[in-house]
Amino acid sequence: MNADRRTWFVIVLLALLAALPLVAVATGQDYQIGQFRRILIFAIAAVSLDLILGYGGMVCFGHAAFFGIGAYVVAILNWHAGREVPLVGDWMGTNNVLVTWPAAILVSGGIAALIALISLRTTGIYFIMITLAFAQMIYFFFVSLRAYGGDDGLRFDGDTVAFGLIDTQDDMAFYYLVFAVLCAVLYGGRRLVNSRFGMVVQGCRENERRMKALGFPTTRYKLAAFAIAGATAGLAGALFAAHESYISPSIMHWTRSGDLIVMVVLGGMGTLVGPVVGALAFLFLEKTLPDYTEHWMVVFGPILLLLVLFARRGIFGWFGPKDDGGGNGH
Amino acid sequence: MATETLLSVDRLVKRFGGLTATDNVTLDVRRGEIHAIIGPNGAGKTTLVAQLAGELAPNGGTIAFAGRDVTPLRVDARARLGIARSYQITSVFRGFTALDNVALAVQAQDGHSFRFWRPARGEAALREPARAILERVGLAARVDAKVSALAHGEQRQLEIAMALATRPRLLLLDEPMAGMGKEESERLTRLLAKLKGEETMLLVEHDMDVVFALADRISVLVYGRVIATGTPAEIRADAAVRAAYLGDGDA
Repeated sequence: MNADRRTWFVIVLLALLAALPLVAVATGQDYQIGQFRRILIFAIAAVSLDLILGYGGMVCFGHAAFFGIGAYVVAILNWHAGREVPLVGDWMGTNNVLVTWPAAILVSGGIAALIALISLRTTGIYFIMITLAFAQMIYFFFVSLRAYGGDDGLRFDGDTVAFGLIDTQDDMAFYYLVFAVLCAVLYGGRRLVNSRFGMVVQGCRENERRMKALGFPTTRYKLAAFAIAGATAGLAGALFAAHESYISPSIMHWTRSGDLIVMVVLGGMGTLVGPVVGALAFLFLEKTLPDYTEHWMVVFGPILLLLVLFARRGIFGWFGPKDDGGGNGH
Repeated sequence: MATETLLSVDRLVKRFGGLTATDNVTLDVRRGEIHAIIGPNGAGKTTLVAQLAGELAPNGGTIAFAGRDVTPLRVDARARLGIARSYQITSVFRGFTALDNVALAVQAQDGHSFRFWRPARGEAALREPARAILERVGLAARVDAKVSALAHGEQRQLEIAMALATRPRLLLLDEPMAGMGKEESERLTRLLAKLKGEETMLLVEHDMDVVFALADRISVLVYGRVIATGTPAEIRADAAVRAAYLGDGDA
C-alpha cells in the first residue's frame, strides 16, 4: 500500500541525512556540515510545531519564541560560566548540557504552558493573533534585556561538551548529535500522535465540541500538547545556541514564526516527517535563490504559492494516499 | 422500577434577548423509557437539548440528573456522569475510521488520556468494546471504513454508536432521522426500537411516524412551553395539541 511508500521515503530521507556529512567530507566541502546542522535544528523546531499545528489544529504564530527562549537559557547559563559572573547567589551558571538543555526544555515548556493557558480561551484567528502577541512580548523583552546584550545579542564561549563525550565544536560529531535528537523527536512524536493522548488531540482538531460531548475535558489536553511542542522547540533552540555560540532576539522575530509555519505547510501538515522535508526545502531555497537574483523573494513567493495550491498535503503528501483529508497516517 | 425518575427538569427558562426560547419547561424522563419531544419549527427543541447537555446555560430553573443537581456542570462533566448526546448535524471525526471514532468514545470513559506512548489503535481494551458496539448498531461490515466513505444513514448509526460507547445513562437524540431517506429512516427506527428498554432516551424528532412508533411518553413543545405530556394515545387525543400543532385533520 501507500503506507509502504511513506515508510521507504522516511528510511531514504534519514539515510541521506546520515550520509550527508560523509559526502561533504569526501567532496572536500567540510564547511557545509555546519550549514546542514543548522537545517536539522530548524527541522526539529518545525516537527515540534507540527504536533500542535498539524495534529492539534492550533495555528501557533509564535513558535519561534519558544525556540528563542530555549536558546537564551543555554546562552545565558554558558555566558555566566564563561565570564564567571554569578547568576543566582554565588552560582556561576554552567556549560554542562546535562543541566542547560533540560533547563531550556523546562523553561520553554513552562512558558508555553502559561501562554496556552490564556491563548486556548480563544480559537481561530484570535488564537493566531494572541500567540503572535505573546511572542512579540517575549521578543521585545529580550530586545530590551541590556544585561544580556539586548538588540545586539549575546556572544558566549561555546566550548560545550555534551555528555562528557561529544564536543559541540567538532562539526561532524555535533552534526550526528543533532541528527540523533531529530530521530528521537520523530520517533517520540510518532508514538505520541498515535497514543491515547494523540487521539484526543486529533479529535479536538476534527471536532472539539464533539470531544466535549464525549466527556473529554479538551482544554487540558490541548494545553499539554502545546507545552510539549514548546518544550521540544526549546530543545531545538538549545541546540541552536550551541551551534552558533551567539544568540540575538532576531531568531524569535515574528517572521521566524512564519518561516516555521511555512516549513510545516510546505512539507505536509500532520505528518511529522513532512516538516523535516519542508525545513530542508525552505532553507535550501532561502540559501540558494539569492545567488541567482537579489530579488529572490519574487521567485520564492510563487514557488510557495504553487506548492500550497497543487500539493495540498505538502511535499510529503505526494508519497501518501490521495483520497483522505485526515492526518492520521501510520 | 419503570417509574424511577432519571432526569428531572424544573421550570427551566432560557431567553435570547426578548425571545423566551425555553419558557418554564418542566418535564422528567424515567429510567428505561423513550421520552419524545415534538413541536413545530422554532418551538425551542434544540435549545432545550443544548441546555440538557450542558452546552447552553439556562437563565433560570434546574436540571437534576439521577438525583443530583447538574445545572452548573458543563458539557464534559455531564458527559462523564452519563448524559450522552447525538447531533442533528452529523459531527463524527471525518478523518478517522468508524472504529477509530467509537474507540475514541470508549476511551472517553476509560480514565484520563494522559498516556503518551502506547499506540491507542493497538489497545484491545478500546478496540474490542468499540467493535461490539458497531456490531450492535449494525455497522459490523463498515468497521474499517473512513467516515467520509460512509453513507449519510451510516454516519447517523455511527453517531449513535459513539453515544452508546460512552456507556450513557441517558441518550439525548437530537433529530436522528433528519435528512434521511425512507429506507435509512426505517433502519434507524428499528435500531432505536431494539435499544428500547435497554437505554433511556430523550428523543427530539420531526418524523411523527417515528415518534409515535417509539415513544413511551411524548411532551409537546410550543413557543418554548410544554403544552402537554402523555402517552402517544393521550397526545393524539389532546385537544390543545391538535389545535396548536398536529392540525385538526389527522395525527
